[in-house]
Amino acid sequence: MTDLEHRTAGALAAPDDEAPGLPAHTWRPTDVDPKAEKRAERQVATLFVLSMVCVVLFIIAYFTIDIGDNHDTAAGLGASTLALGGTLGLALLFIGVGVIQWARKLMGDHEIVEMRHPAVSSDEDRERVIADLTAGAEESGIGRRPLLRNTMLGALGLVGITPIIALRDLGPLPGDSLMHTAWRAGMRVVVDVLGTPIRPEDLEFGTLVNCQPADIYALDEEGEPLYEGVDLHVAKAKASLIIVRMEPEAIIPGPGRENWSVDGIQGYSKICTHVGCPISLYERTTHHVLCPCHQSTFDLSDSAAVIFGPANRPLPQLPLAVDDEGYLIAQSDFTEPVGPSFWERDSS
Amino acid sequence: MSHLDTSKVADSNRGSAATAQKPSKVGAVANWADERLGLATAMKKQIRKVFPDHWSFMLGEVALWSFVVLLLTGVFLTLWFVPSMGEVTYQGSYDELRGVHVSEAFNSTMTISFDVRGGLLMRQMHHWSAMLFIAAMMVHLLRVFFTGAHRKPRELNWVIGCLLLLLGTLEGFTGYSLPDDLLSGTGIRAADGFMKSMPVVGTYMSFFLFGGEFPGEVIIPRLYIVHVLLIPGILLALIGAHMLLLVYHKHTQWPGPGRTEQNVVGFPLMPVYAAKAGGFFFIVFGVTALMGGLLSINPVWKYGPYDPSKVTAGSQPDWYMGWPDGALRIMPGWESHFLGYTLSWNVLLPIIVLPGLMFTILLMLPFVESFITGDKRNHHLLQRPRNAPTRTATMVALMTFYGLLWAAGGNDIIAITFDLSINQITYFMRVAVFVGPLIAFYITRRWCISLQRQDNEKLLHGYETGVIMRSPEGGYSEKHLPLPEATAHALASRAPDEQFTVESETDENGVVAPHSRKARLRAALSAKMYADNVQPPTAEELDEAHHHAEHEHQLQAPMDGVAADGHQFDDHHRAVEDDTLRH
Repeated sequence: MTDLEHRTAGALAAPDDEAPGLPAHTWRPTDVDPKAEKRAERQVATLFVLSMVCVVLFIIAYFTIDIGDNHDTAAGLGASTLALGGTLGLALLFIGVGVIQWARKLMGDHEIVEMRHPAVSSDEDRERVIADLTAGAEESGIGRRPLLRNTMLGALGLVGITPIIALRDLGPLPGDSLMHTAWRAGMRVVVDVLGTPIRPEDLEFGTLVNCQPADIYALDEEGEPLYEGVDLHVAKAKASLIIVRMEPEAIIPGPGRENWSVDGIQGYSKICTHVGCPISLYERTTHHVLCPCHQSTFDLSDSAAVIFGPANRPLPQLPLAVDDEGYLIAQSDFTEPVGPSFWERDSS
Repeated sequence: MSHLDTSKVADSNRGSAATAQKPSKVGAVANWADERLGLATAMKKQIRKVFPDHWSFMLGEVALWSFVVLLLTGVFLTLWFVPSMGEVTYQGSYDELRGVHVSEAFNSTMTISFDVRGGLLMRQMHHWSAMLFIAAMMVHLLRVFFTGAHRKPRELNWVIGCLLLLLGTLEGFTGYSLPDDLLSGTGIRAADGFMKSMPVVGTYMSFFLFGGEFPGEVIIPRLYIVHVLLIPGILLALIGAHMLLLVYHKHTQWPGPGRTEQNVVGFPLMPVYAAKAGGFFFIVFGVTALMGGLLSINPVWKYGPYDPSKVTAGSQPDWYMGWPDGALRIMPGWESHFLGYTLSWNVLLPIIVLPGLMFTILLMLPFVESFITGDKRNHHLLQRPRNAPTRTATMVALMTFYGLLWAAGGNDIIAITFDLSINQITYFMRVAVFVGPLIAFYITRRWCISLQRQDNEKLLHGYETGVIMRSPEGGYSEKHLPLPEATAHALASRAPDEQFTVESETDENGVVAPHSRKARLRAALSAKMYADNVQPPTAEELDEAHHHAEHEHQLQAPMDGVAADGHQFDDHHRAVEDDTLRH
């Protein structure tokens, strides 16, 4: 870029005979009126001073407004965030507005013209590069020595496998872990969070209760929880159960499921068969449950058949029974994998 | 203003006349640096580099500056955040959750929110600027496409921009998964389901990502390193490349007097553009700080820690993930079961295939357009959206598709807010996502063509003044006045569309070039693309219109200088005594 190419608006000749050139430069009040110039200068300086004031207020707010346990001793919880955000925001805005006002009112406002240059290189350069590349390829002999070329490509390809192999230990193989859950034959059904077992007669008609297998809340011989931390989450992610009581005559039992319910109480997996969200919304008049994530709807009176939404398979049903003490138990684990579909799942 | 005598005004804003000075401190520093780095050669073209001015060029800047805010606030958050799923008992200041078993990630998020001064502010600023980052990138993308700034030589910058949008979305997803609250855990739970839908490898990918069965104990630390190092690193590199190409190509500009394909007209980087852009950074930063202080976002303490057996009603991902979620919601429940295997089309198609397909379409847009037009020229002057009706309509169709899916992602919210049936909304959307874009395409295209026609009308016959003239015979007509020169030039300088024909592919002997099948396809597409477009008036038409206007002007000459000449509506001001119409 030479200085000649930098021409100010007024001096620009029209690019061709018919097109008008750049419009003449118009002077701003601040260019021609010293009073206006001074006023603009004062405005900008005021904005910068206001920004400084905001920073001082920010510091005061930081040290005077309490949070945490003491949040009610000076102002309230949230006052700190509000005051810090407000003062910081204004401090930054005043700087921004000040600088832009400076640029608009006081910095030179002549539009200047710069010529563009095509990205393409000169023919000479292009020929030179092609010649150099050809010479380089020629000297390496990569075209003349196919044995070297092919074995090198083979080696490079194979060495690319090593990072993939090395990532193998990211996680264990699935095995059959997706096929079963924490439910076992004879395991009591307990209320989620409380961990209390359930007698069929305690359940009201039309209520839906979130349940877990009793093991989730059980302790081992040393008094430690059987499931803790990650294990607990993994177990709950598959074993979570909803039980619901409806009039026995409303139930259309699936084939072979005639004795899976107890006094109109049925148990279904809480994990949606679409992508695995826990199902939560129950409509007692229609016996429908709805998944809040993607609105798949299942009919609990008809083996949890899908009646709406993107899910394909019914919710797996847990065969229920009653033990000697009259508490609800599982007859077995779920008879099919729970949760979202996966490739190895045998659904046919 | 234009009547002021400015001949004595200096160009600089100095109060006193310039005098020769000793070498300045700036000069000394520059000299020190140049002797070691040779900066002067590299900088001489850049310091006064010209940037054209237009409000729409600011959209990309919003994205850039909000990314800087993300980096700054993100660094603050890393000082306290513990990316671990180890179980601890929450003992912080928030009463309702004290004593609850939570992960360290959730625990530290709570500490940042309640026990670190300014912590909640930084968290909310970080989340708001992430929203701003992605929204600004999208609007910037639309601006670029609607004005034709994606054409040669800028196709590669378009590709980089698309990658930035994709990575920004992934960065957002990994980010809102980190607090390990109920909502983010539900998002990860769904992501696990998405992965498992992939044929053959899906289950393995899920087990490898989660380090075992969902949710495992490694997903948060793994997402964390992806969120704070891997993706931001790539984003930074791509933003650098995006900016370098912008500087190298020089910014596009709107047509106007003195602006051509060969030049760029605007303000120099130093000082005006640097001041405006730098000042704008503080404005974006300041607005984000105000939002962080005033507007609550992602209150994780209300959701509580993640528990695989719990979910909140109305679970929604962040808004930019809403459209694939909408596709997931309206997809019919199709699965194939064969030979003991399961293929879930109901998940695979909307959440794995569709986003990939949409992204590929987005990436290919400039290349498809240049294939159809066969245009190999460089374009630095922007087009008004109306002057490329098919292109504009294509993007509006894509926007409609996106918007409908996005709305479908909120079908539960829509159903509750407007008391509608969620089933009917879903059935409607299943049809609308296919029909809506077609309707939008047709309407937009015809709308653009009508606007082109109106531009020609104004250019040839002037604009409507609203002044009604009565002829001596008693007929009424509306007085038209010529457009201001600059506007007329901008309208008239539009290049006519150059439809590709097979003939243009023949050699000088008239022999059809060997790749004529491709040429025929191109010609057919090109004909479709430009069909019905209104071409700018030819020189003869303009001349004729000009003569006609002259003639009319002569007839109306006696009227000049009286209130009814209509000139109060354009910039041809002339004093008229006692004129109540002129204000």
